[in-house]
Amino acid sequence: MLALFQGLVQVLFDGIAFGMLLFVMSVGLSITLGMMRFANLAHGVFAMLGGYITATLMHRAGLPFLATLPFAFILVAIGSVFLERFVYRRMYTAKELDQVLLTIGIVYMSIAAAAYIWGPEPVAFALPDYLTVYRHIGWFSFSTYGAVLLAFGTVITIVIFYGLERTRFGAMIRAAVDDRRVALGVGIDVNRVFAITFAIGSGLAGLGGALGINQLGLDPSFPIEYLVFFLIVVSIGGGGTVKGALVAALLLGLCDTAGKYYVPQTGAFIIYVVMLLVMLWRPNGLFGRA
Amino acid sequence: MTAPALATMGLTKNFGALKVTQDVRFELPAGGRHALIGPNGAGKTTFINLLTGMLSPDSGSIALDGKTITGLPPQARVKRGLARTYQINTLFPDLTPLEAVTLAMCERRGLSRQWFMPLARRKAVIDEAHALLVQLGIGEQARRLTRHLAYGHQRVLEIALALATRPHVLLLDEPAAGVPAQESGILYEVISALPTEIAVLFIEHDMDLVFRFASRITVLVSGRVLCEGPPAQIADDPEVRAVYLGTAVHG
Amino acid sequence: MTADQRAGAPTPVPIADTAVADFRARARWQWYEPIFWLGAIAWYFLFPTYLPLGTQILCAALFALSLDLILGYGGIVSLGHTTFFGVGAYTAGLLAKNGWGEPVTCLLAAAAAAAIVGWVCSFVIVRVQGVALLLVTLGINLVLYEVANKAYTITGGADGLQGIAFKPLFGAFDYDIYGRVSYIYTLAVVFLMFLVARRIVYSPFGLALKGMRENWKRMPALGAALRRHGALIFVLSAAIAGVAGALLAESVQFVALDSLGPQRSIDVLTMLIVGGTGVLYGSFVGATVYMVARDQLADINPAYWYFWIGLMLVVVVLFTRNGVVGALSDLWDWLRRKRHRRGPA
Repeated sequence: MLALFQGLVQVLFDGIAFGMLLFVMSVGLSITLGMMRFANLAHGVFAMLGGYITATLMHRAGLPFLATLPFAFILVAIGSVFLERFVYRRMYTAKELDQVLLTIGIVYMSIAAAAYIWGPEPVAFALPDYLTVYRHIGWFSFSTYGAVLLAFGTVITIVIFYGLERTRFGAMIRAAVDDRRVALGVGIDVNRVFAITFAIGSGLAGLGGALGINQLGLDPSFPIEYLVFFLIVVSIGGGGTVKGALVAALLLGLCDTAGKYYVPQTGAFIIYVVMLLVMLWRPNGLFGRA
Repeated sequence: MTAPALATMGLTKNFGALKVTQDVRFELPAGGRHALIGPNGAGKTTFINLLTGMLSPDSGSIALDGKTITGLPPQARVKRGLARTYQINTLFPDLTPLEAVTLAMCERRGLSRQWFMPLARRKAVIDEAHALLVQLGIGEQARRLTRHLAYGHQRVLEIALALATRPHVLLLDEPAAGVPAQESGILYEVISALPTEIAVLFIEHDMDLVFRFASRITVLVSGRVLCEGPPAQIADDPEVRAVYLGTAVHG
Repeated sequence: MTADQRAGAPTPVPIADTAVADFRARARWQWYEPIFWLGAIAWYFLFPTYLPLGTQILCAALFALSLDLILGYGGIVSLGHTTFFGVGAYTAGLLAKNGWGEPVTCLLAAAAAAAIVGWVCSFVIVRVQGVALLLVTLGINLVLYEVANKAYTITGGADGLQGIAFKPLFGAFDYDIYGRVSYIYTLAVVFLMFLVARRIVYSPFGLALKGMRENWKRMPALGAALRRHGALIFVLSAAIAGVAGALLAESVQFVALDSLGPQRSIDVLTMLIVGGTGVLYGSFVGATVYMVARDQLADINPAYWYFWIGLMLVVVVLFTRNGVVGALSDLWDWLRRKRHRRGPA
């Protein structure tokens, strides 16, 4: 009985930590999908890029892991600005099939570029010892890494919610997501708001990618492998809502972890079934609007 | 006495605490020309959506030619003879008017799921579609793409699509909305030439059109029927004036 | 439609018969069509060592054609069409593995099985549209893929269905290592299915499909029962996709797990976009371009291939109206208009 309870707590901890990681990676996609109705399937490229930046800085420049994280965020954010400005901006009014295939094309090109620059094998990566060590509180043992994920996720969540609710820029974001045309009419420069939001979201994805190397691994096919996760988070949560992305990411993290823990034979299966059920029940996601 | 073409009894619809349609009793006789007017937010669009089946009422009933249609899905009501046009053009941009009306005719005749025989063999259907377009004055536009048509012609096509289903009752949602003055002539001709067997309900803001074509007016305010009667009577009604002009009613 | 129609030029007052003639003209065989099919026959003689590739191209093209019916004509964007292809492939493969190896009946069985799955899936489209539909269709595909992966006692799992042997065609023509019989058989079946697709497109139902694409919301207002229309197109399209899958299984005598794979769903979408949607030959052009490019480029280096196909996608989406066929057709119309403008010599 106690073992069952302990297992449950372990699953909860790992599941929420994983969920937090997914949230950090996916929240940008949710907001930009809600704001511009743009299906950006290349979102995973930013996560991959963040991972590679961290790995490169650690291996080539010898930077400690935590110090690389700001670079992962900033460099990816800057890179995304160029992509948005020169490629994406032309496609906001295009058919969604065109958007899907354009962004898939970008994914393919990024995979090829990553394989060329960093080689096709998975990155050999080792977290510093102080992060991999397991700590104990009574009978409960947890990895510091998991705790770090939780901490980062919580802080970022709080910052995002505060930013959206209390700052003027946050209000502009909310207005643009709520009704783009009216926001334009009120004088909000929606394109600029979107470009900045897109950069922040992509930067967060890069940060998530860096944080996640330990758990998810990193190789050039990352954007395609984990594309499904991002899409599921956004579809279950509903586009355009941070709350939705958070709930969906946590739900997904828990289901995936619990699935792998309790019924390892079915594994990945479970999250697809969950997604199907949610989509059939609430096609616009749990918190989305039509 | 024959049943009215369209009738509602106690029709009610709430969105949460918002009472959008309240206990509406409405009758449209066969062949009638009736207008539904009311200020913005009066619930006219909701009422139309309830009639066509896009929304389900919370209570009340709707009858077409005396038979209940509450609970039927939209396409079933169309088959029974209830058609509508849209205030904003809801057309098929990359089809020609001929194709669009032919499509409507095929649906009506139950042909639309025939997938093995060529459409080009169906001379009768195509001719009927073409004849309708000519009758409505847009025969010359029949083979241009819908999105290249002038706005006024597109509005006529809206009506053509509805007429193609051979309705008993036609709901015209602001048919002249957005049509520039020089193009509205053909639209007015089409409306006045509508067959007398079809009962028509105009949902309108344009009082010109209402007084020209309607023999009875119903005024809807905040989801309730305020009053109903011939145009002259409605025009003189102080309550109606108050609603539209905002002046207080002097007791 | 003609360039004149696209440009919006008004037509002279038509007589009633011209209306019918208009529909008839559109359904007529165009000049380039026999050239294409003769070319496919010529391939047999010109590239005898590339027949297996040719067979694969034909299967891919048929699969893309089936998707075009739903997507290019019906406007329903599905990211999980491989479901039907895979069902067809596994049906044929399992029948052969368990003793029934007659190729033509396996094809029919594959079509039937895929059609049933298609019918079941069709209920989804009236509940969800847009991005949600993309995800539901992808989800269905992923679920089935995982099921096939895990049920390795039946499907062979990740190794695929092996050890299947189809009996000689019509009892007489055995499969040879050059793939000659395969190619002719596949070409014949694909041509037949093409004729079926042609019928669908120019039938009253074809018009209803285009109506669904052009304005989904207006269809019920015309009396259309979208659920039944959707069921019909899914059944037809899935059956054709199932035939394509079975053809592939019969020609390579093997069913790989990725016959159900979501990667293939993206591949077939790529073929369609590159070739052109809503035009019958877009699927053939796209499949040929894709498969030939892959054959030539992927051998060098898989990453190399990814780069070029990605670039092709980006260029096609950004710079062409409707893939290769769209670009060619626009070019042709532009040339014709220039010639007319120059007037009599």
